Amino acid sequence: MVTRPIYLDYQSTTPCDPRVLKVMLPYFTEEFGNPHSRSHAYGWRAEEAVEKARSQIATLIKADPREVIFTSGATESNNLAIKGVAHFYKAQKDHIVTCATEHKCVLDSCRHLEQEGFKVTYLPVQPNGIIDLNVLKESLTDRTILVSIMAVNNEIGVIQPLAEIGKICRERNIFFHTDAAQAVGKIPIDVEAMNIDLLSLSSHKIYGPKGVGALYVRRKPRVRLQSFISGGGQERGMRSGTLSPPLCIGLGEACKIAQAEMAMETIRLKALRDRFYHIIATSLEDVYINGDSEKRIPGNLNLSFAYVEGEGLMMGVKDLAVSSGSACTSASLEPSYVLRALGIDEDMAHTSIRFGFGRFTTEEEIDLAAEKIIKEVNRLRDMSPLWEMSRQGIDIKSIQWTEH
Amino acid sequence: MAYSKKVIDHYENPRNVGALDPKDATVGTGLVGAPACGDVMKLQIKVDDRGIIEDAKFKTFGCGSAIASSSLVTEWIKGKTIDEASTIKNTEIAQHLSLPPVKIHCSMLAEDAIRAAIKDYKQKHKAV
Repeated sequence: MVTRPIYLDYQSTTPCDPRVLKVMLPYFTEEFGNPHSRSHAYGWRAEEAVEKARSQIATLIKADPREVIFTSGATESNNLAIKGVAHFYKAQKDHIVTCATEHKCVLDSCRHLEQEGFKVTYLPVQPNGIIDLNVLKESLTDRTILVSIMAVNNEIGVIQPLAEIGKICRERNIFFHTDAAQAVGKIPIDVEAMNIDLLSLSSHKIYGPKGVGALYVRRKPRVRLQSFISGGGQERGMRSGTLSPPLCIGLGEACKIAQAEMAMETIRLKALRDRFYHIIATSLEDVYINGDSEKRIPGNLNLSFAYVEGEGLMMGVKDLAVSSGSACTSASLEPSYVLRALGIDEDMAHTSIRFGFGRFTTEEEIDLAAEKIIKEVNRLRDMSPLWEMSRQGIDIKSIQWTEH
Repeated sequence: MAYSKKVIDHYENPRNVGALDPKDATVGTGLVGAPACGDVMKLQIKVDDRGIIEDAKFKTFGCGSAIASSSLVTEWIKGKTIDEASTIKNTEIAQHLSLPPVKIHCSMLAEDAIRAAIKDYKQKHKAV
């Protein structure tokens, strides 16, 4: 048997839970009906199952099922929410507020709108990764149509103050959209209590199948969107195209399981994460947590190992599946824009590793992972000129480096 | 990204990691790169009275390709004269390690490190 790396990248994706797969399977074969077929039982049965899934999603976020539309994933949901609202209301308002640490699909949607003439404010974040509510308030104008702030950051796991943001937006009659791909199923979400008008979620981040997600669109007060897919008018006209019942049903089941297990799973993951951090922090010096240490989801830990470059470290721990804020792996060679937005120096951003823990992570895996990290950080520090300098008391910032 | 066998070998078994006394008149030290860019190489050479590099040591902060590039050049320059060593080109390093285009800068940094170490050595000797 080939042993596979220990999977610690749950913010990237999660395996489909076998319980989810089980409810999906019949809808690939015998229950193959088109849920939009109104004239026969094949269609009715598929429709019934899809609507049940829609209810399961709605229940998890305290919404009405009629407010949930299926999409291909959070990227599409974010595009539809941001561009859809902006385009629909463009005659009245043309200003959007978002945040520097948003996912690329939110930032890119906003950039796209800027090219069309919309104005976009990119809010900074505090050193803990969380927005300043006063800065948010000051950014709002009579022209502001939408505030789009993510619920939980994908790199550093910090939780934004959703209820407070929602309250500010509702008072000003501004729509509040949140990219909750990393939040749904991990922390309690209540679109009513939090005054959320639009919410994006993704199936594969919560142990459902890849290729499906949903967008919550508030009915009262009503939020309207301009759709970008022309067709049969499915999903209340906002997203034409035949739904995939197995995928929708998988997402619904994933939501049901997440809801049932959230409280227990939170406690379990927190214990695992704290155990992991404790082992690392008591064995290695100069390790820093990126992002707020309290206001974060239990399954995320983003650490900077000073004087050790992240990609170099990942290569040494090839038995661990993790990701790095050092973008040396990508074509850009720029370190993570999320970490940079926190005010973290580029040299420290290059030393960061994201650890993601999830439903199938065990204590044995945590212990083994910590041991491997410690061993490799020590090995690489022994061959790091920066570590050597720091031990000699030389301030790395005092050196005139030749940037290349 | 898949690393070549040679990169993995140098990364896992780096040659000539360590430090020489930078105050020694026969030692030249080159420190190139920047922490903000994600790679820093320190290359040191010890040169005998015939101008031959008798020892070389390195320390590198960087990705696997950066570590492999510096490890490789320490092997290559040992036993060469400083004039021979200064002719090593980044393209030879990149080719030997089969570096992908996005990692070419690692080989350029290693070339810079050799030149910086030789320059430091020559400056010391001008002063003597």
